[in-house]
Amino acid sequence: MLNDKDRIFTNLYGLKDWNIEGSLSRGDWDNTKSLIELGSEKIIEIVKESGLRGRGGAGFPTGLKWSFMPKESDGRPHYLVVNADEGEPGTCKDRDIMRNDPHKLLEGCLLAGFAMGAHVAYIYIRGEFINEAKKLESAIEAAQQRGFLGKNACGSGWDFDIYVHRGAGAYICGEETALIESLEGKKGQPRLKPPFPANMGLWGCPTTVNNVESIAVVPTILRRGGNWFSSLGRPKNTGTKVFCISGHVNTPCNVEEEMGIPLKELIEKHAGGVRGGWDNLKAIIPGGSSVPMIPKNICETVLMDFDSLSAVKSGLGTAAVIVMDKSTDLISSITRLSKFYMHESCGQCTPCREGTGWMWRVMSRLEKGEGEVDEIDTLLDVASQVEGHTICAHGDASAWPIQGLIRHFRNEVEERLINSNKQGFDAIDNPKRAA
Amino acid sequence: MPKIKINEQEVDVENGLTILQACESIGIEIPRFCYHEKLSIAGNCRMCLVEMEKSPKPIASCAMPVSDGMVIFTNSPMVKKARNGVMEFLLINHPLDCPICDQGGECDLQDQAMSYGRDSNRYIENKRAVNDKDLGPLIKTVMTRCIHCTRCVRFAQDVAGVSELGATGRGEEMEIDTFVEKTISSELSGNIIDLCPVGALTSKPYAFEARSWELQKTETIDIHDALGSNIRVDTRGREVKRVLPRINEDINEEWISDKTRFAFDGLGCKRLDRPWLKKDNKLVEVEWPEAFNAISEKIQSTEPNKIAAIVGDLADCESIFSLKKLFNNIGSPHIDCRQDGSLVDSSVRGSYIFNSEITGIDRADFILLIGSDPRWEAPVLNSRIRKRYLTGMLDIAHLGTLPSRENGLTYPYTNLGSEPNVLDDIASGNHEIIEKIKSAKFPMIIIGNSAVCRSDSLAILHKTREIAEKYNFIREDWNGFNFLNSVASRVGALDLGFVPGDGGYDFNSIITNSANGNLDMVYLLAADEFDVEKLSNSFIIYQGHHGDIGARNADVILPGAAYTEKNATYVNLEGRVQRTSKATFPPNDAREDWTIIRALSAVIKFPIPFDNIVELRQLMEKEYPVFSNIDLFQSQEWKPFGISGSINDTPLELSIRDFYMTNPITRASQTMSLCRSEFIKRINN
Amino acid sequence: MTSNRKPAPDNYQPKEFSFTKENLELAKKELNKYPENRKASAVIPLLDLAQRQNSNWLPIAAINYIADFLGMPRIKAYEVATFYTMYNLSPVGENIIQICTTTPCALRGSKEIADLCKKRLNIDFGETSEDKKFTLLEVECLGACVNAPVVWIGDEYYEDLSKESMDSIIDQLKKGEIKVSPGSQIGRNGSMPSGQRSSLIDKGN
Repeated sequence: MLNDKDRIFTNLYGLKDWNIEGSLSRGDWDNTKSLIELGSEKIIEIVKESGLRGRGGAGFPTGLKWSFMPKESDGRPHYLVVNADEGEPGTCKDRDIMRNDPHKLLEGCLLAGFAMGAHVAYIYIRGEFINEAKKLESAIEAAQQRGFLGKNACGSGWDFDIYVHRGAGAYICGEETALIESLEGKKGQPRLKPPFPANMGLWGCPTTVNNVESIAVVPTILRRGGNWFSSLGRPKNTGTKVFCISGHVNTPCNVEEEMGIPLKELIEKHAGGVRGGWDNLKAIIPGGSSVPMIPKNICETVLMDFDSLSAVKSGLGTAAVIVMDKSTDLISSITRLSKFYMHESCGQCTPCREGTGWMWRVMSRLEKGEGEVDEIDTLLDVASQVEGHTICAHGDASAWPIQGLIRHFRNEVEERLINSNKQGFDAIDNPKRAA
Repeated sequence: MPKIKINEQEVDVENGLTILQACESIGIEIPRFCYHEKLSIAGNCRMCLVEMEKSPKPIASCAMPVSDGMVIFTNSPMVKKARNGVMEFLLINHPLDCPICDQGGECDLQDQAMSYGRDSNRYIENKRAVNDKDLGPLIKTVMTRCIHCTRCVRFAQDVAGVSELGATGRGEEMEIDTFVEKTISSELSGNIIDLCPVGALTSKPYAFEARSWELQKTETIDIHDALGSNIRVDTRGREVKRVLPRINEDINEEWISDKTRFAFDGLGCKRLDRPWLKKDNKLVEVEWPEAFNAISEKIQSTEPNKIAAIVGDLADCESIFSLKKLFNNIGSPHIDCRQDGSLVDSSVRGSYIFNSEITGIDRADFILLIGSDPRWEAPVLNSRIRKRYLTGMLDIAHLGTLPSRENGLTYPYTNLGSEPNVLDDIASGNHEIIEKIKSAKFPMIIIGNSAVCRSDSLAILHKTREIAEKYNFIREDWNGFNFLNSVASRVGALDLGFVPGDGGYDFNSIITNSANGNLDMVYLLAADEFDVEKLSNSFIIYQGHHGDIGARNADVILPGAAYTEKNATYVNLEGRVQRTSKATFPPNDAREDWTIIRALSAVIKFPIPFDNIVELRQLMEKEYPVFSNIDLFQSQEWKPFGISGSINDTPLELSIRDFYMTNPITRASQTMSLCRSEFIKRINN
Repeated sequence: MTSNRKPAPDNYQPKEFSFTKENLELAKKELNKYPENRKASAVIPLLDLAQRQNSNWLPIAAINYIADFLGMPRIKAYEVATFYTMYNLSPVGENIIQICTTTPCALRGSKEIADLCKKRLNIDFGETSEDKKFTLLEVECLGACVNAPVVWIGDEYYEDLSKESMDSIIDQLKKGEIKVSPGSQIGRNGSMPSGQRSSLIDKGN
């Protein structure tokens, strides 16, 4: 288990003052100037060395992403955009960072922004997080008053401003190019790539979009060294991570843990164990709604990191662990996710626009036991026609939960269909008995 | 040049091409719905997916630029699965109403379904239904058929320059919509019918009129403006059923204006299909000989010097040439083709054509519009200016008056006011626009009719030429002086010298001399755009195809053929000689116009020297060599024109007051009159 | 999709809309966040501001006003207003109760919470009560999953709800306003596990 001394988010639960005084006492903004003085290249090097992989779900190496930004400006400004459009079902970690440790994020913005040659950062926060947005704005103001932000930020000679931009209810804006579109005042429809944001992002300028957590850990990494961060976790899956444990556990919670912690340990140590005991476990969605579920037998041993989970055909995603005990109607749980993906599809690509609705409709029937067994294969086929065929990963994300369900619990779906069809036949054969 | 491999075949492709274009270059067709050569790339239909080596997912070939070493497969199982999947998704919510869909038979979705569709339907849920939208009198919507390719939205935004169409809602509830049931304020709106790959947007006037395979298709030229848009006229029997654009990258790309597309219903109304003769102050239908004899009697008793001819806007070159020959024989110099009273210098071809060519707009980096409203005078040319504007680094300035309408010129411009004496300031270097002119590499002037329908026209032309010469508009490699004619007959008529001969009256003098009793006879060849009451002292022969303004006061009416009914030559505003083809026959006794003049010339004993169109054209080409180069642009030597003089401060007037009503065909068109009411309604709202 | 997502019929639509003096100031402040020629970026926050000014719904006149204010085509603002679900395009009740029913909340009983609300308010999702006091909306994940089930009322989240606590909140709302504090209704701190916490227990934490 991670030692408290290695935890980055020391006010994760908001037990202490979130504002600047409290933050200063926790070491934020401590001689930030000296970190900037490391220089852009060195900062990127340290972040690369730390092995930090994006905390928004895809797990792309953060330092590498930064290095895609042009080294010299061609006259166009560079932008850092922070993705705070947290909305992946199961995920609520960025909210905690923003409301309880906002200065970690702001300091991270300055350092990351400086490293990529940006003088401006936009924090795109989901519209529902009204109070979190207010806290961020007030934290920005406090940091400006102290000279940490604004002209000559932290006395570094680098001018840096941060603006908070609220969304208005669209999960898809968590996709980086949809987020950029939204920030430009348009519908959140993901863009075609190439061109990539590092070349043509916000308003056609070089832009990097990073998750809140990815940015907020940067100051600590720079202070404690890339090696410190990479010494935690496992190779290629380094550092600490805020996990969100929801669903059928005794004490649902967020917790910062070491990457690669066994799933079982995570649940038992921090979330009070599965409701009704470990043996009451049925399945877990280990990385937010988009990743395929894994059944109990895999949960026994799997480690919580990118590579371990992908080895069992799931994923770390946002590290949002959704626990489902034996009372769970898995078909219903996944049907609800299908509805979510249909509701949140932006509508531009054919497979996602049409396929998400189709999948949801089939799932709704399967949930009620309406349909034929061979429709399960049709459903899988439809899912595979959506997966990989769209501009962004929303299509994939809509297919995976269904694929995960059928992969591990096909029997359950079949049984429901067979039983309910049998009841139907009984009703025809012998109306009285069925009634 | 990047070298890529497509289906094991090595291909050298130009830099900047997309994979889809590269595939097309070697004859591999890639199915697509959202992609269109002339529109911005959306990449949303996903039909054009191809497999790229090292990419785990198929990629959208319409959007992916080629790069060296790419290995592409367009026929692998991965590609087939992707396309079959997309096709199935497109069809699950598409209604099975092909038998009652006007797109049937020319529907991209239908065609692609033959290659990529399943033989049975796996979707057993209810299909989606979408409310239809009111897009005005031209476009019929059946929105349930929409496949959300967004071509219409991109066309409206990029080409038409009106942001009134959008995709509202999201996910499967996404709908193409105007903002709260507003119709589209574009003169190019009909093009979205062609762009729509399915039957969601179809032609309202054409609704349920015909099936595409029943139609006779005739490739020809449009005459509703001077652009000479290349069109295809579809007929069934003797009736024109629809007009569609043909691709001509040099002229109209693949767009046409709503007038070009929809005014044809005017061809079936108010037609002159019999000769008419005024007897006892009343027009009565007569046979051809009687009409000719009446003219003959009148001519024999009239001095040649008291006969005049005016050529109107829709006349073709063959009839203009014939009429000129006839008047030569009669011995009258009083002929003019400028029924708007304009005073262009007909002796210098470079002064009345579009010297940069329409494609020159693509290069221009500064455009000075003088007395021209390209949006209404030549909507398709205007869209080319917009296209150029969208690529950046283009400044536009406008001098003149524009009608009140939505979206102005469809691109931003510097307003230089409406008083043409501003030209003096520009010429002398005392105007802020000078800096922009000076820094331009390919500056362009586009001068329109309203600048030359004034007493100081020649001075304006002179001053404009001075500006052009002074500021680098005229070079060895570039001629930036452009006259934007707005009527189809004009350039051809000027080329044929249909202007007053020695001692001849021009248009304005014909009017005054008729009023003064100095003209006994006036021959109107399709001249309808002025107040013919003013000629009431004269005996009027009207030759044309519609009972419109020109026929109102006529003593004899000779029924001619409309542009779809004859093989005729027109010269477009660039001076490009093009020919129409006969798509249908003139109604009843109406005849092709040059044959009428030829026949008349014999009756009145001034025979003109040709008996068929081949002889006519040979002679025309011999006397006017520009006519021997069909379809080609012919650049002109730069020569002086205009007369130095003072320009007054009377504002330049509107050149076109009512876009939908500019000639007899449009005035007879029910559709155009609906468009006009819609326009008025929109403006007043 | 619920009825608040379709524009209200004409007879509900006010003819005019303009910002109040205070909101005009706020709008101008919002514009300062973006480069001069990128004003359209403010469309999302300004539509929100307009909605707040107009009893929590966004009439066509307001969409037009914002579009004109930002110099963007009206259809583009309309696209935005119809794309994002936080905009109500039809009149809504005084209190909007938005219940998350996505899987993590569903696993912890959001259906019972929703049923309770429907029963207490006598309306279904997407409907407004006759006295115009309540609108009930089903929403997708609100991002507070470890505090499920979650309901969003006004600008606040009410978390860790039980039928009892939801019942009481409705009572309070019916009486005028919510007296309980927002956040967890079982008295825990944010996302901290209830009872003994398992991390951040070292001295100094």
